[in-house]
Amino acid sequence: MNFGRLALPVLALALAPLLPGIINRTKAVIGGRDGQPLLQLYYDLAKLVRKGAVYSHTTSWVFRAGPVVGLVSAVAVLAVLPLGGTSAPAGFSGDLIFMAYMLGLMRFFTVIAALDTGSAFEGMGASREVQFSALAEPVLLMALAALSLAARGSGASLGGGLFSLSAIYSHLSISTWMRSGPALLLVAGALWVVFLAENSRIPFDDPNTHLELTMIHEVMVLDHSGPDFAMILYGASLKMWILGALLAGLLVPVRSGNIWIDTGACVFGLFVLAVLTGVVESVMARLRLTRVPQLLVSAGFLSTFALALIIWS
Amino acid sequence: MNLFTDVVIAVLILTNLRLIASSRISACIYAVACQGVLLGVLPLLVGSSHLMVRACALSGVTVMLKGFFFPWLLLRALKSANVRREMEPLVGYTSSLMIGALLLATAMWFGRQLPLPVPAHSPMVLPLAMFNIMVGLFVIVSRAKAITQVLGYLVMENGIYAFGLAFALSEPSLVELGILLDAFMAVFVMGITIFHISREFDHMDTDRLTALRD
Amino acid sequence: MILLLVFLPLVAGLAAWFIRSNRLRRLLLIAVALIHLGLTGLAWIDRPGPVFSGWLLLDDLGLLFLSIVSVLFLAAASYAVGYFQREDWGKRQDFEDGFLFTNAREATFTCCLLFFLATMSLVCLSQDFGLLWVAVEATTLASAPLIYFHRHRRSLEATWKYLMICSVGIGLALLGNFFLAVASTIGPNESIPMIVGSLIANAPLLHPLWLKVAFLFLVVGYGTKLGLAPMHTWLPDAHSEAPSMVSSLLSGALLNCAFLAVLRGLQVCTAAGQGQFAQEVLLGFGLVSMTIAAVFIVGQTDFKRMLAYSSIEHMGILALAVGLGGAAYFGALFHAVNHSLTKAMLFLVAGNILTAYKTKSAQEVRGAVKFLPISGVLWFAGFLAITGSPPFGPFLSELIILKSALDQGRIAIAVAFLLLLSVIFIGMAAIVLRMCQGTPVLESTGESLQVETSQARRAESALAVIPPLALGLGVLVLGIYLPPALSGLIEHAAKVIGG
Repeated sequence: MNFGRLALPVLALALAPLLPGIINRTKAVIGGRDGQPLLQLYYDLAKLVRKGAVYSHTTSWVFRAGPVVGLVSAVAVLAVLPLGGTSAPAGFSGDLIFMAYMLGLMRFFTVIAALDTGSAFEGMGASREVQFSALAEPVLLMALAALSLAARGSGASLGGGLFSLSAIYSHLSISTWMRSGPALLLVAGALWVVFLAENSRIPFDDPNTHLELTMIHEVMVLDHSGPDFAMILYGASLKMWILGALLAGLLVPVRSGNIWIDTGACVFGLFVLAVLTGVVESVMARLRLTRVPQLLVSAGFLSTFALALIIWS
Repeated sequence: MNLFTDVVIAVLILTNLRLIASSRISACIYAVACQGVLLGVLPLLVGSSHLMVRACALSGVTVMLKGFFFPWLLLRALKSANVRREMEPLVGYTSSLMIGALLLATAMWFGRQLPLPVPAHSPMVLPLAMFNIMVGLFVIVSRAKAITQVLGYLVMENGIYAFGLAFALSEPSLVELGILLDAFMAVFVMGITIFHISREFDHMDTDRLTALRD
Repeated sequence: MILLLVFLPLVAGLAAWFIRSNRLRRLLLIAVALIHLGLTGLAWIDRPGPVFSGWLLLDDLGLLFLSIVSVLFLAAASYAVGYFQREDWGKRQDFEDGFLFTNAREATFTCCLLFFLATMSLVCLSQDFGLLWVAVEATTLASAPLIYFHRHRRSLEATWKYLMICSVGIGLALLGNFFLAVASTIGPNESIPMIVGSLIANAPLLHPLWLKVAFLFLVVGYGTKLGLAPMHTWLPDAHSEAPSMVSSLLSGALLNCAFLAVLRGLQVCTAAGQGQFAQEVLLGFGLVSMTIAAVFIVGQTDFKRMLAYSSIEHMGILALAVGLGGAAYFGALFHAVNHSLTKAMLFLVAGNILTAYKTKSAQEVRGAVKFLPISGVLWFAGFLAITGSPPFGPFLSELIILKSALDQGRIAIAVAFLLLLSVIFIGMAAIVLRMCQGTPVLESTGESLQVETSQARRAESALAVIPPLALGLGVLVLGIYLPPALSGLIEHAAKVIGG
């Protein structure tokens, strides 16, 4: 059992770069192109690690610290991240907040590194990133709060485990869905929006755009190169895995007790999520920047409403 | 059954969200139409079983009027008015949404505070009704177009109607039909007035109707 | 017979829509008004019984208001016939802004006028709160096209505001109705019928908190229609843009109907022991309305708007009087009668002045007494009456209200009441005296005096002068001699409210 838990972060570290690959494959298939191979990100990472890094004279240690801190924070979150019903190796009461803050730290260093370059483009991207995440973060916390309340309702004795992700997710089962389905559906909607926004996917940001003026995330990391850039790409894919796992764990309520089945179902859910993201990216266009906050606030509305629904019933 | 009611109520609340977040008038009209249909279904879910025939008739009339006829009328007015289809709100969309969330919280709070002499069929119906009324009033004051004010009026009316449903109040059916008929006539007359406004002024922005004042 | 009161105008209205001949239609209008008045008169002698298991019933309160409606409608209908005759039906120029406009079809107008009568009668008759709501909302819808008689921008704006504000307000009243229904739920699947009589009979069973909330919503809702400040904003616009006989009906009859709806709520509250609370609410609204009216009357430039604000003032007085209670109930109802007659007369006279001078600006009207001998004098007399000068009826009723305030020892309210009345008196005097006195100086002097004189004669045709004259005489008579039949009815009606 313990061994299985310890395997979770390893699984994440190994499989996370597959998610962008799946998204790109989906887009290629829908668009009728040959497209990149499924493992493209692995190749990219391998290539980048072998290269040297170039640093501008105007940058300081902050610029170099950015990617490292980002990657380390993401890995730290993996330690508390449950996968479906499978609890995390180092879950503790309050790790929900820990996760949010680690993701915040990651963002903070990405932003501050971008500002450190002194480039107008990066500054613009940083400003947008901060604006949008300021709206996305409450949504995430509100959604998790709703989940924790919904899970508590299932009657199990949670004790101090109310704020532990592992405890929350291990109590989300079919019966929870039966009881407060509408609310959970709303939470899922909100988490889906957060997933897309935080990972800079369409309709919030276009990862493939070549116009720096319209980019958010990609524009912040323009100056990074070599192993630094590899760390950023890897960190980004881990972040996608983390947020995806939160959503997949909710949407795939398989809690058989068998660790292999539960974890497998959740990983499968993650892959389906990636395919869905690819579909969304194929059929939607990027939103106007002024409309982005509106969508995020809508998501906030959804999660608040869900919370209210759960408190109510 | 209860779960199903909850789903309907949740979707009803989401239609309000759509209404205050949307920038196109036609989208708002569809949102209100959707609300009308769902509201028509609601009596079948919360109504007491011994009045099934009446509930069915009422729900049929409601769906026809609120779900199809009003939206059709408003869409026609929109088409004939030939004006810009943007909302041009006095309060921005993002702020509107935040206010919407605030209103929802208030509605929920109110719903808890009011002591009910009889238990309602679903605890969510009362907050839903309050929320609808508040959103309706908010849309009336924050949107400048005549047609959106009518939409706000309809949403408010829907809220009041939902409140009536919450307790399966024993209004005589004749009165209920009268209320529906009045709403129908109100929207009808308002539709005609909108048509005249757009013909007379080449716009239907009520915030520009300022000839009469002290 | 009760049904006839509602259905006769309804059917006649439908018929008016189809009748092509102007003569016949006008004849029908007058005939319906006369028959309606006749039926109301019959009800005075022999009160008809309840219909539809008590949903429709003519109690003393209803009969009083129905009589006001009926009398005013006859005056307005006969004035309307004269109005139709002298009105230009083609395209013409607006005298304020100069754009071209036409009128609505006479058939449409007559049809809506008759519907308006039907719905107002229904308000006076209905005992069921739901039906009452339906009827009040119906009055809004029936009267909206009447305001939009002159098809131009200002009237359209007024119509829109009227429709929107009143519909929303009355929507809130519907919510109040539902709250009342909640209050009257006494057990699972068991509730008191929403009929005034049965609610009063079972008043102790009503849930007090819900009843209070319900009454608040009813006051705000119907108060919007009643023109209580701060929900009054539609009123000056609608009254100033509507044709004069419509203004007179709106002010004299419709506002009373809304007042009746509020009184019904008060009846239930009083019976349930919440009368104190309800009266305090009305008292507050009344004082606020009077203050707002006083502020806007002073320095008003548009004489029809001045009358509209005066209506708000008098609705405030009614609310205040009902808020005082006791002997003031009698004063309130008597004042409702006086105000209706006086205000209707003033609006009709204002129509004559408007026809003659072609302006609504009080600044441009001079020498009305010389130029329009009858209308000018009536205008002046009406001003004296409406501001509560002896020997007219409103003086008496306002005196009763003042006296009951003093009797109850509420000196502050009495002082405020007097102060506001005198401010309004001064404000209106400044406007009206200027209009009446002086020499008629019209914009186009000299060469077109001939035309203007014919204009004046047109404005003072028999049908334009007799209705306001009759109403004015009525007000004068009420000030000197109160017929025992009327005072008896008012006393009974006051007992109905007072419980």
